[in-house]
Amino acid sequence: MHIAVCIKQVPDSAQIRVHPVTNTIMRQGVPAIVNPFDLFALEEALRIKDRTGARVTVLSMGPPQAEDALKKCISLGADDAILVTDKAFSGADTLATSYVLAAALRTLHEKQPLDLVFTGKQTIDGDTAQVGPGIAIRLGYQLLTYVSRIAKIDVQDSRIVVERRAEGGVQVLESRLPAVITMLEGTNTIRFADMPGMFTAARQQTQHWNREAIGITDLTQVGLKGSPTVVAQVFAPKPKAVRALRIEGETPAAMAEAFVDKLFTDYPQLEEALLEHLDQLAAQEQQS
Amino acid sequence: MSELPAKPVKKPKRVLPERFVSYKGVWVFIEHEHGHVHPVSWELLGKGRELADKLGVELAGVLIGAPGPKIAALAGETFAYGADLCYLMQDAVLHDYRNQAYTAAITTLVNTYQPEILLLGATTQGRDLAGSVATTLLTGLTADCTGLEIDLADRSMLSSRPTFGGSLMCTIVNLATRPQMATVRPRVMPLPVKDPKRPGRIVEHAFDLAEESIVTKVIDFIPDSRADKPQLAFADYIVAGGRGMGKPENFDLLFSLAKTLGAEVGASRPAVHAGWADAERQVGQSGKTVRPKFYLAAGVSGAIQHRVGMEGADVIAAINVDANAPIFDFSNYALIGNALELLPALQTAFAARLAQTRARVTRSAPKEE
Amino acid sequence: MEKFDVIVVGAGPSGNAAAYTLAKAGVNVLQLERGESPGTKNVQGAILYAHALEEIIPDFRDSAPLERHVAEQRMWMMDEASVCTGMTHRDARFSTPPYNRYTIIRARFDRWFSAKVKEAGALVICETTVSELLRDAQGRVVGVRTEREHGDILADCVILADGANALLGSRAGLRREIKAEDMALVAKEVLFLPKETIDARFNISGDEGVVIELAGNVTHGMVGTGFLYTNKDSISIGIGCMLGDMKRQTITPYQLLEGLKRHTAVRPLIEGAEMKEYSAHLIPEGGLKALPQLYGDGWLVVGDSAGFVNGIHREGSNLAMTSGRLAAESLVALKAAGKPFDARHLAEYKRRLDDSVIIADLKKYADVPDFLHNKPHILDVYPRLLGNAAHEMFMVDGQSKRAKQQKIYAELKSRRSLLGLLGDAYHFWRAFR
Ligand SMILES: Cc1cc2nc3c(=O)[nH]c(=O)nc-3n(C[C@H](O)[C@H](O)[C@H](O)COP(=O)(O)OP(=O)(O)OC[C@H]3O[C@@H](n4cnc5c(N)ncnc54)[C@H](O)[C@@H]3O)c2cc1C
Ligand SMILES: Cc1cc2nc3c(=O)[nH]c(=O)nc-3n(C[C@H](O)[C@H](O)[C@H](O)COP(=O)(O)OP(=O)(O)OC[C@H]3O[C@@H](n4cnc5c(N)ncnc54)[C@H](O)[C@@H]3O)c2cc1C
Ligand SMILES: Nc1ncnc2c1ncn2[C@@H]1O[C@H](COP(=O)(O)O)[C@@H](O)[C@H]1O
Repeated sequence: MHIAVCIKQVPDSAQIRVHPVTNTIMRQGVPAIVNPFDLFALEEALRIKDRTGARVTVLSMGPPQAEDALKKCISLGADDAILVTDKAFSGADTLATSYVLAAALRTLHEKQPLDLVFTGKQTIDGDTAQVGPGIAIRLGYQLLTYVSRIAKIDVQDSRIVVERRAEGGVQVLESRLPAVITMLEGTNTIRFADMPGMFTAARQQTQHWNREAIGITDLTQVGLKGSPTVVAQVFAPKPKAVRALRIEGETPAAMAEAFVDKLFTDYPQLEEALLEHLDQLAAQEQQS
Repeated sequence: MSELPAKPVKKPKRVLPERFVSYKGVWVFIEHEHGHVHPVSWELLGKGRELADKLGVELAGVLIGAPGPKIAALAGETFAYGADLCYLMQDAVLHDYRNQAYTAAITTLVNTYQPEILLLGATTQGRDLAGSVATTLLTGLTADCTGLEIDLADRSMLSSRPTFGGSLMCTIVNLATRPQMATVRPRVMPLPVKDPKRPGRIVEHAFDLAEESIVTKVIDFIPDSRADKPQLAFADYIVAGGRGMGKPENFDLLFSLAKTLGAEVGASRPAVHAGWADAERQVGQSGKTVRPKFYLAAGVSGAIQHRVGMEGADVIAAINVDANAPIFDFSNYALIGNALELLPALQTAFAARLAQTRARVTRSAPKEE
Repeated sequence: MEKFDVIVVGAGPSGNAAAYTLAKAGVNVLQLERGESPGTKNVQGAILYAHALEEIIPDFRDSAPLERHVAEQRMWMMDEASVCTGMTHRDARFSTPPYNRYTIIRARFDRWFSAKVKEAGALVICETTVSELLRDAQGRVVGVRTEREHGDILADCVILADGANALLGSRAGLRREIKAEDMALVAKEVLFLPKETIDARFNISGDEGVVIELAGNVTHGMVGTGFLYTNKDSISIGIGCMLGDMKRQTITPYQLLEGLKRHTAVRPLIEGAEMKEYSAHLIPEGGLKALPQLYGDGWLVVGDSAGFVNGIHREGSNLAMTSGRLAAESLVALKAAGKPFDARHLAEYKRRLDDSVIIADLKKYADVPDFLHNKPHILDVYPRLLGNAAHEMFMVDGQSKRAKQQKIYAELKSRRSLLGLLGDAYHFWRAFR
């Protein structure tokens, strides 16, 4: 069994700042991390590897520095790391990104057939959750998004059963391999690398694939050229209109009362909604 | 809360290819699961109305599902919320939401009727679908928007959205392909006023994929009400605790207050790491994103990774001993004090107030049956 | 179990200098760093003194991330929150390349240095904390234990480059615990401002930078000073005091820094800036008398961990790099001669240190820490005296400070008016001689 995990190196969003005058992004000194959502995908793949001995390949499209992110995945237990990197790929939106990743996955598939492709739910810099679906469509694989649990995998039969987070509930889906799974966050706990893992990662060479390596000839499909959407402007969000109103009170009880009173005076509809909500809960309770 | 830049947007030079020039109209995908329309669809009809009027085109709802009286009734509702027409595709195969079937349905409609704008809710269903549809149509998609505007100069849509974990906003345009697609966050656009008498027309289109060719099968659906898990992402009321709660037993104070409010309990990462709360309850960058009506944070400092997960809440109150805690920079109310004392006090105060209001309401307006 | 010739613990300037020099010489070296990447946990003002780095990487200017070269040195004496007097020192010699001092941002600088270390052939592993030293039955250090599972690693020699806390050495009983009296605690912030604003406010242009030393009442009478450095599009500002004093006064470094930022002379310079990082860090300032044992069977200690800091001149990273290089060169020489890394042979490191600028300078200032403990008010009264020595003393070029001081003395003698002050500050000067 062969599993690919797509991971992206992202700037730690907590440390991004906007230039107060020019409104441009200041990335200076911002550390790069593995997109936190992707670690849930990697962990899920590694658990399958632990159970079945599957081969896990991590794949990332990005600049040469993204190698660090791939190495981190090696230290955790991935077998191979491939960096898809080419000047022509820069400036890609999700459509162009999925084009390149799909091409790379096809190349990977030729070397050893793929059964599963994992992506994170979304990235913390792009935040789009579109690349996973994009890859599935381009490869013609089944798409299983927001997966919270893999209930069953049968490689012989090419069958998979997953639980998927849907609106208002969980869908249990039965599907066919190969499939693309975008893994929901918080569904597992990422392992901690041991020392041998760290040595393997420090020594292992990451493979670099450029556009020739993945057979891309049509440059109108990649990078800026292949991206229908363009960022026209970046700006700082307006700070929340009001600064916190300080609630006064001599004792905790007095402060609590003052707060509840102020809250429901400022937001009468909140009190109404809350009462209605409590009624509903009470009704449900009675039913069951 | 829709935010747009102060300065005019600088757009790159791109010409729309000839084959897209005839694409006209604004579409909103009406998301429904188990007979229940997601409110974001109505919110989008409100916004879509605005965009369509500005462009001088029609606004359409797109309804996909199993045949029956329910779906016909929904079509009527789209008119009430502002649609001029409704594209309807009904087939037993479309009973449950499934990516492959719904993607096929929408792409067929788009290729046939050629809209210039297609909007979906940024929900698990909307985002799943939008990504596949955009890739199939090879068009641009902007995710998770909080603001939409029309630039009449070239009839393009300006989509604004948070980026970099909410620390920045950006405006995105698609000048090269049609339709221009966007998913929009729930509770960002106001719900339009409903006019049940508004007329509209239904355009029906047949779905031509057989069940056999749809690979993925839905074998069960477990509604959240049946599951025993915290449903943080969908909770309207959340009381959350952080490292400031001190020890696991103190989290009981939160659960206790949560019971009074019918709320879910959330937690910051350190609290989860310390084992005071389930991983399911973590709010933030590597936890859940929540948008409740009310969020109470106790002993949470307000680090950006926590903030990005909860600042979309309608009303935020925070309890912290430190008057300078960053959480007060984006809260509506500051309760400066010890959470261990304030939480029980709040529980008493809420219980008293709610009982009082309930008594007053029932007395003045006896319940109708 | 993995085994190396040398393990370097820490990827600060001292550890990087050591690992780089070793790897270049073909030694099989492993470097372990607890930060997510080199530099993430490190704090420095930061001024980089070119000389020490030049001896390790001669062409470092071509690729190192340098912010601005220091074109101007200002020394301010500050009184309460209102008065500020000062002197400015600008010298054409500082403004002609190759420059002597640069402002740097340690996070970026350390990452660059670490990349050089890897290029040179060392194996570098981050996010890995060394928890203790492995010793054999004879007490010889034979490797390290990390906090990771299966975390023991062997080596013929371990270089302790773990910074000011020097926890590993203390824990292993190789040294006594560091006294609070010998530590300064510095709080520091990096404040973002557009380059144009910085250029205008500090009257500089291009790559020119300014260093402002702040002395006087801003430290609430404790022994210590503040600093303000211009980076490309940010300002580093910090203030530090002896830890012992701080403990007694129960004032936090944060409060001191807030006070400094509100001072009338400082506020306009940083107005509108956005704080990007806040950090607090220790500096070992005990000087020569506080130096620990520097080597033993299978181990060497370098940089802050050894206490190689010249507190008066805020020099640390240069001494760290030089000591790292000397440690590495000693090991390379011993290895070439086929000699084991036992205490007897590692004494070679101490010999090299004694011949270097490090020990020469530490000797010169050996009495300063004692003196300051006894007469802290001197720093309130005569901080300007420090400034008068600026011309020569700020020029860091690997020459011993004694030679420079003689020049300053000659100058001072010819300016009689200063002698009055000097009489009063006699003890002060004795300590510095
Ligand atoms: C990649 C990455 C991802 C992350 N993801 C997340 C995430 O998803 N969610 C998340 O929460 N964090 C996340 N973090 C961690 C985040 O940076 C902060 O460390 C964390 O949010 C801080 O949690 P806290 O506020 O509970 O703790 P602290 O920052 O320690 O704050 C505790 C607060 O409690 C107050 N306090 C103490 N005692 C009391 C008392 N008795 N009564 C009232 N107040 C009291 C204190 O004044 C303080 O403000 C992430 C970090 C990284 C690097
Ligand atoms: C605020 C401030 C301003 C300063 N200004 C200047 C200046 O302007 N110019 C100047 O020359 N000097 C300055 N110094 C001093 C200078 O920063 C230090 O002398 C220098 O950083 C020492 O280098 P080092 O390699 O010995 O230690 P560090 O730079 O402290 O490096 C030690 C490294 O070891 C790692 N480490 C520690 N323990 C472990 C462990 N157990 N396992 C694995 N890794 C570990 C740490 O993460 C760190 O990366 C300043 C210091 C401070 C605090
Ligand atoms: N450049 C990339 N390289 C590899 N995987 C990516 C890349 N961009 C996105 N992904 C994957 O696609 C998921 C969704 O990304 P996004 O659509 O950007 O939110 C991420 O969690 C990754 O798993």
